[in-house]
Amino acid sequence: MVAYALCAVAALLALSPIAVAASAAPRGARAATSLVYGACLIITLILGAIALFALYRDSATTSVVTLPLGLPWLGAHFRIDALAAFFLVVVNLGGAAASLFALGYGRHEHSPQRVLPFYPAYLAAMNLVVMADDAFSFLVSWEFMSLTSWALVIANHELRENMRAGFVYLMMASFGTLMLLLAFGLLAGPGGNYTFDAIRTSQPAAIVAALTFTLALAGAGSKAGLVPLHAWLPLAHPAAPSHVSALMSGVMTKVAVYGFLRLVFDLLGTPAWWWSIVVLALGGITAVMGVLYALMQRDLKRVLAYSTIENIGIIFVALGLALAFQSEGLAAAAALSLTAGLFHVFNHSLFKSLLFFGAGSVLNATGTRDMEHLGGLIHRMPRTAVVFLAGSVAISALPPLNGFVSEWLIFQAILLSPQLPSWGLKLTVPAVGALLALSAALAAACFVRAFGITFLGRPRTPAASGAQETDGHSLAAMVLLATLCLIAGILPGLFIDALAPVVQLLVRGRMPVQNGVEWLSIVPIAESRSSYNGLLLFSFMIVSGATTAFAIHRLASDKLRRGPAWGCGYPDASVAMQYTADSFAQPIRRVFGTTLFRAREIGEMPRPGSTAPARLTVQLRDLIWDYGYAPIAIGVDVVADRLNYLQFLTIRSYLSLVFAALVLLLLVLAIWP
Amino acid sequence: MAVIRDFALQGAQMLLVLLLSPLLTGFVRKLKARLLRRQGPPLLQPYRDLIRLMRKEVVLADNASWLFRVIPYFVFAATWIAASLVPTFRSGLLFSWSADLIAIIAVLASARFALALAGLDVGTSFGGIGSSREVMIASLAEPAMLMIVFAVALIAGSTQLSTMAAFMNSPEVGLRVSLGLALIALVIVAIAENARIPVDNPATHLELTMVHEAMVLEYSGRHLALIELSAALKLLLYISLIACLFAPWGLSSPAAGPWEFTVGAVAYVVKLAAGGALLAVFETVIAKMRVFRLPGFIGAALMLALLATLLRFVSGSF
Repeated sequence: MVAYALCAVAALLALSPIAVAASAAPRGARAATSLVYGACLIITLILGAIALFALYRDSATTSVVTLPLGLPWLGAHFRIDALAAFFLVVVNLGGAAASLFALGYGRHEHSPQRVLPFYPAYLAAMNLVVMADDAFSFLVSWEFMSLTSWALVIANHELRENMRAGFVYLMMASFGTLMLLLAFGLLAGPGGNYTFDAIRTSQPAAIVAALTFTLALAGAGSKAGLVPLHAWLPLAHPAAPSHVSALMSGVMTKVAVYGFLRLVFDLLGTPAWWWSIVVLALGGITAVMGVLYALMQRDLKRVLAYSTIENIGIIFVALGLALAFQSEGLAAAAALSLTAGLFHVFNHSLFKSLLFFGAGSVLNATGTRDMEHLGGLIHRMPRTAVVFLAGSVAISALPPLNGFVSEWLIFQAILLSPQLPSWGLKLTVPAVGALLALSAALAAACFVRAFGITFLGRPRTPAASGAQETDGHSLAAMVLLATLCLIAGILPGLFIDALAPVVQLLVRGRMPVQNGVEWLSIVPIAESRSSYNGLLLFSFMIVSGATTAFAIHRLASDKLRRGPAWGCGYPDASVAMQYTADSFAQPIRRVFGTTLFRAREIGEMPRPGSTAPARLTVQLRDLIWDYGYAPIAIGVDVVADRLNYLQFLTIRSYLSLVFAALVLLLLVLAIWP
Repeated sequence: MAVIRDFALQGAQMLLVLLLSPLLTGFVRKLKARLLRRQGPPLLQPYRDLIRLMRKEVVLADNASWLFRVIPYFVFAATWIAASLVPTFRSGLLFSWSADLIAIIAVLASARFALALAGLDVGTSFGGIGSSREVMIASLAEPAMLMIVFAVALIAGSTQLSTMAAFMNSPEVGLRVSLGLALIALVIVAIAENARIPVDNPATHLELTMVHEAMVLEYSGRHLALIELSAALKLLLYISLIACLFAPWGLSSPAAGPWEFTVGAVAYVVKLAAGGALLAVFETVIAKMRVFRLPGFIGAALMLALLATLLRFVSGSF
C-alpha cells in the first residue's frame, strides 16, 4: 500500500525536471502546462484512491516501508494508518481538483516556467509529510513543503508585495520548523530514536510533555495560521497563483492540523487538562479575529485567506474539546468532538478550494482582485456565480450544505461540557461556544459581502462589465467541489462513519454508527437529545419552494415587467452610488473595529465654495502586527547592528572567541546530568 | 394508518402556521392602532393585501438577476419549514426530529443570508444600506440566540424542541435564574429578528433608519407578497418558540387523543394572542432606537444569555 503511494509520489517528483525541460522548449509552455497538470491530476487521483482504500480497509494491517534514505542509521520510514489515510484523501482530493482547475487556469499564466516545476513537487511534499513515520523524514518533508510553496508564492515576483509576502512566509516557515524540530528533539530524548514507533512507546515526563505540546502548538499552529502566528498567511496565500492559493489554504493548513494531531494525540500520550484550555482559547480567538479581519479586506483573495484563519480556529476549537474530554477519560464525547473537527477539516478543504478557484476565475476574467472594482458578475459569469454562491453558503455554516453540519456537531460537543469535572473547563467551554457562534454569524456577513459586492449589483468598472465566463476545466473543478459540498451536507452520516477508524485510533472511542439511522438522519448521541437531517430539510425546501412558485404562477399571476430600479424614486445614475465593500462593512467595523482595529474614520470637507472633493479616509491598524511582530523586527535589527562589529575583528580575537565557545560547550556537557 | 395520521398532523401544522400568521400580524396592527386611539385596518387586512399583491404583476429592475427572482421563494420555503418545525399545539410531530433548535435557527439564518443578497442585487443604495445593517444586527442576534439555546439546552439536556418542551412542562424545572435571563434575552432577540420597534419599524417606509424594509425595497407583486408572508411567519415562529420553551402548558404530547388536541390548539391560539398583545403594548410605549445604539441593546441579550449559560455551572439550582 505505502509502496504504491511512494511510487506515485516519486512520479510526482519526476514531473518537476520534466516540467523544466518542457517549458524551456520553444513554444513548449502550453504543452508543458497540459502535461504537468494532466499528469498531476491522474497521479493525485491514484493517490486518493489508494488512501480511500487504506481508510476503508481493516485498520489493523497498516503497511510500513523503510527506505535507505536520510540518516544512515535510521533510514526513511513511511506508513499509512487511518489518520494518514484520511489526510491523504484530503490532500489528494484538493490536489486533483486544483490540477483539474489549473488545466484551464494555468493557460493564462504569463510565466509558467516559474510555477510548473514546483507544483508537482509541492503536491509530493504534502503527501510525504502525511506518510512520514519518523521525525527526520517528517521534518525534511515539512521543510520541502514550505520551500516549494514559498517558490510558488513568489512566482509572480515582479510585484514588490509578493516578494515581501515571500520573505515573511519564509521567516515564519523557518520559525515553525524550528519549533517542530525542538518538539521532536524533546520527544526523541537523549537516545535520539526518531522513529514514531519508538516515540510512541516512550513515556515523556510531565514537564517534557508540556514543553513538547507548546512547541507542537507553535510549530503546527504557525503553519495553520493560529492567531497570533497568522501574520504570514493573508500575505502569502493570495500572492500565489489561484490554484496554488487553493492548495495552500484548503490543503496545506490541513497538513499542519495533521502535524498537530500526530504529535499531540498520537505521539504524546495522555493529555494534561490545561492543554485543552490553551487550544480552546486560541481557537476561539482565532475564529473571531480571522473573520473580523476578513470583513475589513477589499481584496477578494485576502478575504478568503483570512477566512481560512477563521476556519482553522473552528477546527482547533473542536480539537481542544477533544483534548478536554480525552484528558478526563470521556471517550464518547472526545470522539464526537474529534469527528466534528475532522469533518470540518474535510469540509473546509472542499469549500475553500472552491472559493479560491472562483476568485481565480474572477481574477482571470477581470484582471483584478479588488472587490471595489467588480460587481454585476452574475450576469457575465453566471456559472461561476452559482458555484461561488454554493461555496459561500457552505462556508457560512448554513444548511443544507456541509459547513453547517460540522459546526452543528461542534455545538453538540460543547453541550456535553457539563460532563467535565474541572471548573476551568466548565467555564471556558461555553465562552468558547459564544465565540464560535459569533464567528459563524460574522462569517455569514463576510460572505454576503464577498458574493454580493463581487457578483451582484451593477459593474463598477469596464473590466467587470466586459468579463467573460471561465473555461470548462475550471468550471468542472468548481462544480465537482460544489457537488461534494452538497453531498457532505445532505448525507453527513456517510462521512461520519468513514471517519470512525481515525477517531478510534486517536481517542479510543467512536461516534454511534450513523448508517442505518431512519431517514438517513444523523444522531450524535441519542435521538431524544439531538438529530439533524440535511436530506429532508433540503428536499422540503426544494419541494415547498417549487410548489409555491408553481401554485402562484398558475393561480395568481405570472406577469412580469422590466423597468428602471425603483430606489424610492431616486434614480441612482452613477454606479458609484452603490454600496461598496467598505461601506457594507461599515456598521460591523463600527461595532467591533473601533477597539480591535482602532478603526478611525476621517472626513475631510472642502471649504464652502471650494470645488475640491470631500474625502472620507478609514484608518485600520493591525494591533497584532504593530505590538507583536514590529517590536521583534526592530529588536532583531538593533541586535544585528550591535553584533555587526564582530565582523571586523583581528584573527587573535576570532581565535579566542572560538576557544571560549569550545570551553563553554564542554562545560555545558560536563554539567549536563 | 398511524403513518397517515402522523403525516396529516404534520400537514395540519404546516397549514395552521401558514394560515394563522397573517392573522397574527393583523391582530398586532389592529391592537397597536387601538392603543393609539386610531380605528386601524380590519383584522383580515393582511390576507387581502397578500392576495392583491399576488395578483399584481411584478415590476423588476432592469439589471435584476435570476437570483433576485428565486430568493423570495427560497426565503418563504425556509421560513415556512422552520415555522412548522416548532411545536405549536402538539409536540413530537413526524418530522420534528429532522432539525433541532440549532438547525431551525440556522435555517432562518439561510433565509436572511438570501434576503441580504437580494438587497445587494439591484445595486441601489437603499438595498445596500438595508443589507449591511441587517447583517450587523444578525451578527449580534445570532450568537445571542445560540447562547440562549445553550442555556436552555444545558438545563433540559437536549436541543430537540419536543424534548425541551416536555422537560420545561415537568415539575423538576422549578424557577431558575438562568431561565429568567434566557427569557429576557430571547425576547430581545425576537424583537431584533422580527425587525420590530425599537430595533426597526415595520410600518415605516422612506426613512433612513429602516433596515428590513430598505432591503426589500425593490420587490413588488408576488415576490413582495412572499416576503411579507415570510415576515409574518417569522413573527409567529418566535412567539411559538417562546411559548414552547417558556410556557409549554397545554401542549399535547405525541400520544394524546382528540380532546388534548383541542385543548392544545385553543391554548396555542391564546398564547399567540397574548404574545401579540404584549408586543403591541411594548411597541406602543417605546421609541425607535438609533442604529448605532442597537449593538448595546442586542449585545445585552448576548451577555444575558452568556450569563445564563455560566450561571448554570455555578449551581445546579440556578
